Amino acid sequence: MEFIDFSHKAVEMIDIVKKFGDFTANDRINLTVHRGEVHALLGENGAGKTTLMNILYGLYRPSGGCIRIDGRPVDIKDPITAIRNGIGMVHQHFMLVEPFTVTQNIILGNEITKGLGILDLGRAEKEVARLSEQYGLAVDPKALVQDLSVGSQQRVEILKALYRGAQILILDEPTAVLTPHEIGELVIIIRNLTGQGKSIIMITHKLREIKQMADFCTIIRQGRHINTVDVNQVTRAELAARMVGRDISFKVTKQDRTPGEIVLEIQDLVVKDSRGIRVVNGLNFQLKRGEILGIAGVDGNGQTELIEALTGLRKAGAGSIRVHGKDVMNQTPGKMIHVHKIGHIPEDRRKRGLIFEFDVAENLILETYFEPPFSKGFILNHRIIQAHAQNLMEKFDVRPRDPKLPAKALSGGNQQKMIIAREVTNDPDILIAAQPTRGLDVGAVEYVHQTLVAERNQGKAVLLVSFELDEILNVSDRIAVIFEGKIVGILNADTADEQQIGLMMAGGGL
Amino acid sequence: MKVDGPGLEKIFSNGSLGLTMVAVILGFLVGAVVLLVAGFNPLEAYMAILKGIFSKPKYMSYVIIYSTPLIITGLSVAFALRTGLFNIGAEGQYIVGAMTAAMAGYFFHLPMVVHVLVCVILAALAAGMWGGIAGYIKARFGVHEVISTIMLNWIALYLSNWAVTLKSFGKQGTGKSYAIRETARIDLFGEWKITEPGIEFMRSHSFLGDILKSPVNIGILVAIILAVLVWIVLNKTTLGYELRAVGFNPHAAEYAGINVNQSIITSMVISGGLAGTAGALQVLGVSHRIAKLAAMEGYGFDGIAVSLIGNNTGPGSVLAGFLFGGLKYGGSKIQDVVGAPTEVINIMVGTIILFVAMPGLIRLLLGFKKR
Repeated sequence: MEFIDFSHKAVEMIDIVKKFGDFTANDRINLTVHRGEVHALLGENGAGKTTLMNILYGLYRPSGGCIRIDGRPVDIKDPITAIRNGIGMVHQHFMLVEPFTVTQNIILGNEITKGLGILDLGRAEKEVARLSEQYGLAVDPKALVQDLSVGSQQRVEILKALYRGAQILILDEPTAVLTPHEIGELVIIIRNLTGQGKSIIMITHKLREIKQMADFCTIIRQGRHINTVDVNQVTRAELAARMVGRDISFKVTKQDRTPGEIVLEIQDLVVKDSRGIRVVNGLNFQLKRGEILGIAGVDGNGQTELIEALTGLRKAGAGSIRVHGKDVMNQTPGKMIHVHKIGHIPEDRRKRGLIFEFDVAENLILETYFEPPFSKGFILNHRIIQAHAQNLMEKFDVRPRDPKLPAKALSGGNQQKMIIAREVTNDPDILIAAQPTRGLDVGAVEYVHQTLVAERNQGKAVLLVSFELDEILNVSDRIAVIFEGKIVGILNADTADEQQIGLMMAGGGL
Repeated sequence: MKVDGPGLEKIFSNGSLGLTMVAVILGFLVGAVVLLVAGFNPLEAYMAILKGIFSKPKYMSYVIIYSTPLIITGLSVAFALRTGLFNIGAEGQYIVGAMTAAMAGYFFHLPMVVHVLVCVILAALAAGMWGGIAGYIKARFGVHEVISTIMLNWIALYLSNWAVTLKSFGKQGTGKSYAIRETARIDLFGEWKITEPGIEFMRSHSFLGDILKSPVNIGILVAIILAVLVWIVLNKTTLGYELRAVGFNPHAAEYAGINVNQSIITSMVISGGLAGTAGALQVLGVSHRIAKLAAMEGYGFDGIAVSLIGNNTGPGSVLAGFLFGGLKYGGSKIQDVVGAPTEVINIMVGTIILFVAMPGLIRLLLGFKKR
């Protein structure tokens, strides 16, 4: 708040309307951002936040309303105009050329030359180093982007915008891909930027980060402007309620339940990643009926490979995986699903979870298409497949309720609901949920958590893998902390302490 | 989304059939420009094409005969594309199918219908294996099917040319194989046409007689049955579901327990089998033999164009195959009538494909709002 210059309106978006056919994505939305301000745009998936920012960045033309930059009305007809007006955007999915260096990426399209089109990389590198020093964005100008962590790649994106003279930075879901430590670094970077008179608009649905970083917050619901609030004057619960339009409980209600027999037992498991490195390295745990075991850890400590080995998607090198006492290691994914009854909500729903071009009904039978009643012999029964989809869409509240829509047409939250509907309906003994709430808004998160607890109450063994410590603490019965491919400790969720887990996640030991 | 008015905009902006029609019209326009620049009257040229297709029953019959192999190789390419594979090898698979059918048709002594079935089935199996090789080395070693099928095309060509040089199979000195036996032919009334009553019949019945002047055969029926089969397999069966799943997203298919490698091989075998059937029908119905080839005939490559114009569907391939066959046959007439080079036809087909591949451009040209 201390950096805001209330006399200087950097961005004014007035009565912005955007229609796609008959659908109104933005309905008279107003947004004012001052110099030195961090302004959060809060809304559910599909509320119209990204559309509004795409208008500001010139990717869409508004159907109505006007935009003023520094008090001047401007017609932002394309991103080039936006950049000329000092607007920069960092997309959620980075737009970087991986085999290029940091400097090459930053100057791309705006190269420093010695004349006649000959690059002056030396001068460019100095310029990049100067910028990174000025704003506290530590990156090596000569490093290749493909070697950088996600957090560093994001800094390169921010530098790219600053290099083009951005005064107003739009950050689309900036924390979605960051580790907790990197989020801490981003907070500092944002302070540095606003301290030097930059304005920041961040699109997010993470309430904690709004409280942590933003000064003001504009809430959008179903394309409409709900209100703009001073972040310090509202609680997280109030923000959530305004965003969703109803009260949200952050704490999952969970009855005590005594877990049953051991369903899954992993001993000394070793799994190599695609580079041949042992990323799961002597891992042990047991999972019982009727419990949720949370695997807490920072991204890249072997979680992905562990799940892939458990679901047959990757060969394990050594150790054992036992389901109901039977060794199931290195069996095919089909066997894992159908014989050993392992259900899997994958961490990357675009890559693994859905076939985007298939319609909802087809996606809902992805593992069971060959079984009756969905097919008889070789012939699919489309009538039953459609009815099945209609039924699941009702039960799991997947919207819009049209089984013939391609999966890609649904919002992220509804896509996830589809996957959960499918996996839960398959009635597995073991349900593996990997990052089940990644990219979802609070309403959908609440729903996913309730479903996981309901499965546990029905006697399923649930394995929850998440990088979000809040989620692990909230949902799990027991918490196993993974670090460098090993479980470094298992705690009871009731008595677990956030600080302690955080320390273990960083390899700090018990 | 509601659509106001008669839904014309919807047809052209969403429907692939509408887009394809616009692309075809644009192809003709570009062809007209080329003709104008070259100093010919495009209206005259196009009239010549139309006359060359529709003015005589015989011409229409020829168009169907020209279209038959194109429809089937189009189905072959479409099937592979729908399952995520680009089968450039339809050409080689066609050659293998033709060669196998010619051999089975000459060497075997079998009763009438049986002989035909044996020839077609063997040809489909051999060509299916030829396609399956590309599928296997993709599944096993990760070799891209475009690379392997191009290579296999050349191997097929020289294999076929070598077969023609065999003493037992090739008529020495002619560069051709011996003709297949009568029992293996699928021409309609082939023998009867050269008998006394046959000649008499053709002379007295102008319409039917004219049709019979072309090598009429049952190939087109097979092509249409295959188109229906391809549509059923892709859309109505568990196999089609699996193959399409692998084509769209192999990672998700693998996750769901589908054997991705097996699916790739299966798809290439089916695609190859289709192309091989096209080769077989051409031998059994039209050429009755194979000849030493200096270069590839292009039935398989044309199949790629047919598939793309037909939006990679079964019914689409039939329509596009007829369009292509009509242009090929009717287009050959403009040389005689207006003296324009037949290459204009190739330019038109190329342009149509270019426009089909750019639906966005067509919408822009038609002035529809971008979203």
